Amino acid sequence: MLIKDIKELLDAEFLAGYEYAEREVNAAFGCDLMSDVLAFVDDKVVLLTGLTNPQVIRTAEMLDLNAIVFVRGKIPPKEVIDLANEMKIVLLATNHTLYTACGILFSNGLKGITIGGVEG
Amino acid sequence: MDSNKNNIGIKLEYEVKKDDFTRAGEASSNIKKVLRQLGIDSDVIRRTAIATYEAEINIVIHSEGGTITVYIKPDRIEMIAEDSGPGIEDVRLAMQEGFSTASNKIRELGFGAGMGLPNMKKYTDEFYIDSQKGGSTTVKMTIYI
Repeated sequence: MLIKDIKELLDAEFLAGYEYAEREVNAAFGCDLMSDVLAFVDDKVVLLTGLTNPQVIRTAEMLDLNAIVFVRGKIPPKEVIDLANEMKIVLLATNHTLYTACGILFSNGLKGITIGGVEG
Repeated sequence: MDSNKNNIGIKLEYEVKKDDFTRAGEASSNIKKVLRQLGIDSDVIRRTAIATYEAEINIVIHSEGGTITVYIKPDRIEMIAEDSGPGIEDVRLAMQEGFSTASNKIRELGFGAGMGLPNMKKYTDEFYIDSQKGGSTTVKMTIYI
């Protein structure tokens, strides 16, 4: 799924990385625990989270993640958006909850990642 | 002379400050950039970045401050995370997934899920931890290129 499609499906707005709207992601992961993100997630995955601190961007950077969607109408502070721009990471913001946002993407064909042989 | 230099490899060293949550990750970010400039395999870079990042977060949230040292050698990357205390009471327990002594404040920031040390072990080829309550903690990790 392309990032621009995620944006449309979630009625989201770009906070950073508008120029990378044509990037593709293969799966999604919804989580507020960054250590779990580090444990399970591969690259080309979009992360949906309600956390807006700089460590979300750092976590994405370490994993080479393409894009982050902030849910529940959360907007990160400016320094977090600046860091994402520096790291060329797409940031989207949606008013949907984590559950609903994941559900919309899943029902439109974007699957979860696989953990221990089970689709997460 | 040249081969001697190769054996030593490149040394990177970073100071990591206690409670400096905003800047946590800067050392790992720099390490990642250097590895990329050296043309190291992307999977090796990713595993190194995750391991040093978890170590960095651990120093920030659990310790009195410390250092992360990375040696980039022709055949491997060695990472040493060392803090100045207060030490881990039960290392065996700390290695269990899900066990954490982190405060609620740290959990609200997205860490303290008890995955840090297990993640470091998971992503490295060799993992060694030495800690005593009241003393320092040292984590040594190696990833073979």
